[in-house]
Amino acid sequence: MNVKKYLLNEKVIISLLSVLISLVIAAIVMIVIGKNPLVAYAALFYGAFGTKEAIIDNLMKASPLILTGLAVGFGFRAGLFNIGANGQVIIGALLSAYVGTLVGSYPFFLSIPLVMIAGMLGGAAWAAIAGWLKAYRGAHEVITTIMLNYVATFIANYVVNGPFQAPGGVPKSPSIAYSAQFPNIMSVGATSLSTIIFVSLAAIVVIYVIIQRTTIGYEVKAVGFNPYAAEYGGISIGKNVVLAMAISGALAGLAGTTQVVGVYGRYFGALGGSMGFDGITIALIGQNDPIGIALAAFLISSIRTGSNQMQIAGVPKDLVVIIQGIIIFLVAANRIIKTIRIRRRKEAEA
Amino acid sequence: MNEWIQAILNVFTNPTFYKSTLTQSTPLILAAMGGVFSETTGVTNIALEGIMLMGAFGGVMGSYFTGNPWYGLALGTFFGLAMAALHAWASIKYGADQIISGTALILLAQGITGFALVELFGQPGSTDLVRSIPLVDLGSFKDVPFFGPIFGNLSPFVYMAFASVIFGWILIYKTKLGLRMRSVGNNPEAADTLGINVYNVRYFGVIMSGLFAALGGAYLSIGELGQFTTNMTNGRGFIALAAMIIGNWNPVGAMSASLLFGAATAFNNQLQSQSILNLSTNTQYIFGMIPYIITLIVVAGFIGKSRAPSADGIPYIKE
Repeated sequence: MNVKKYLLNEKVIISLLSVLISLVIAAIVMIVIGKNPLVAYAALFYGAFGTKEAIIDNLMKASPLILTGLAVGFGFRAGLFNIGANGQVIIGALLSAYVGTLVGSYPFFLSIPLVMIAGMLGGAAWAAIAGWLKAYRGAHEVITTIMLNYVATFIANYVVNGPFQAPGGVPKSPSIAYSAQFPNIMSVGATSLSTIIFVSLAAIVVIYVIIQRTTIGYEVKAVGFNPYAAEYGGISIGKNVVLAMAISGALAGLAGTTQVVGVYGRYFGALGGSMGFDGITIALIGQNDPIGIALAAFLISSIRTGSNQMQIAGVPKDLVVIIQGIIIFLVAANRIIKTIRIRRRKEAEA
Repeated sequence: MNEWIQAILNVFTNPTFYKSTLTQSTPLILAAMGGVFSETTGVTNIALEGIMLMGAFGGVMGSYFTGNPWYGLALGTFFGLAMAALHAWASIKYGADQIISGTALILLAQGITGFALVELFGQPGSTDLVRSIPLVDLGSFKDVPFFGPIFGNLSPFVYMAFASVIFGWILIYKTKLGLRMRSVGNNPEAADTLGINVYNVRYFGVIMSGLFAALGGAYLSIGELGQFTTNMTNGRGFIALAAMIIGNWNPVGAMSASLLFGAATAFNNQLQSQSILNLSTNTQYIFGMIPYIITLIVVAGFIGKSRAPSADGIPYIKE
């Protein structure tokens, strides 16, 4: 790969400028509330990279975000906006946790694949509902996946407050079998670096290969690029819409699985968190490219990890959500940045 | 089985169900009307959810600082207009992907309200209690059996919601501006050829959607409760979009669908509180998902078929 060409790509520049502009706007917000943005950003940086715990925490946050980023990005490739990764994370995690409680008598080389398959199938099935409704009923996937997010949240609440409940404290499921849990690479204090990070790294490669080297990837991209031309060329739109949603959902479901098998050892509280919306930001910054998504996931996990430290420095951590909103807005309206650049180029020439 | 029939009868014979239908529908009607205005001119606006949230927060903020809830309403509306203006600017002037721009605004609204909540009120979760907009007291009408408890003491937002439907219907179907809105939404090229300024008409549509959705949001916070809580819109912006779709992008249709959703929610809430059913607390989650499942069934077109304006969601770039 030609590195220079890759870095100077228009899309990459738009992503980088979007991130930069959003950080500048956030700095202005901090000045308005009377905080020093340099101090806050230093705290954020320290919170994300300053200690061994911080770096481990950061990597552990990045792992599921790579997966939800890949999930949303794969959808975009097919021309689908999967805004429901959160629901797919939840359903995937619930199924993994359920299967995880059943495999106690199996060796790890059976139980670990079983919980992973359960999570992927759960996420895939949940997303395929939206794919089917889009392909055969014409329902927009944005509305259906959002609604499925709410339904998934209610299902999880019902299940961990009733039939699949472990006693005491935060609503949670019983813990999964030891043989289904991923081992830790290292632990510093209360934070552990789990091997789940390799699941995310493997997923990057797998998705890269699917997109670039397989018929599935070719057909899905063709449908996303121009559905009518694809259909004329003998590719079924409906089948590929359902398939693309299912693959996207499988990735999100796997993100849920990693939390169950590598972080909590069970389904725990509001496990979905903001992973779905983070995935959207990440896919957009990464321009739907698997490597770009991995880098963007690390950026967002760093900001999220550091935001606690920033909050201690006096800036509410919801600022992170504002930053993400601005990034998405700028990537969506990338002509704003293009216009600014053209204007500046013209001024430079004049 | 018998106690279920009894419980359902109890719900339907109690005026509380009908009043609750009206109050649950109010924010949906207003937001759906916003959707109708925006999409009639051809701009998709999934940011309704975020605009409502900003309207709700602005309402409490204004009421908190001035002690006057009407100023709160004004501030909430202003926030909503600003959000809609951003969406209009990106999607009309810069041809942005309207769905992604809308998503960005939803996140932005969540971020801004969460940030400002901590900054102004010192803790996350919810604001202090503020004064809410006074209810419309119909005096002795309240004593009329059955109808008195329903209509005797409603929030002015309820009246506003139904007024907005009449206003919207007349504007879109009976005025020259409305004709322009519809032509810009269905065939912008042709409208442009006829000398209609496509961009200005679309700006109007999107900004009006900000006004209505913000009113719907403000109802949630300063309509009765007098408080803002994190993400208090809870998907209502999306349910309003679904109502607009089943309502065939028509103000009266959108209102009817909103009333249907409102009634479903009201029924849900009332049924759960029927003591003869003796439900465990856990069943609230089963009941809770029902409105969202109904929305899914509805957008999937299992109930009637509807058709969006032809150019809905497609940016218009002048040659």
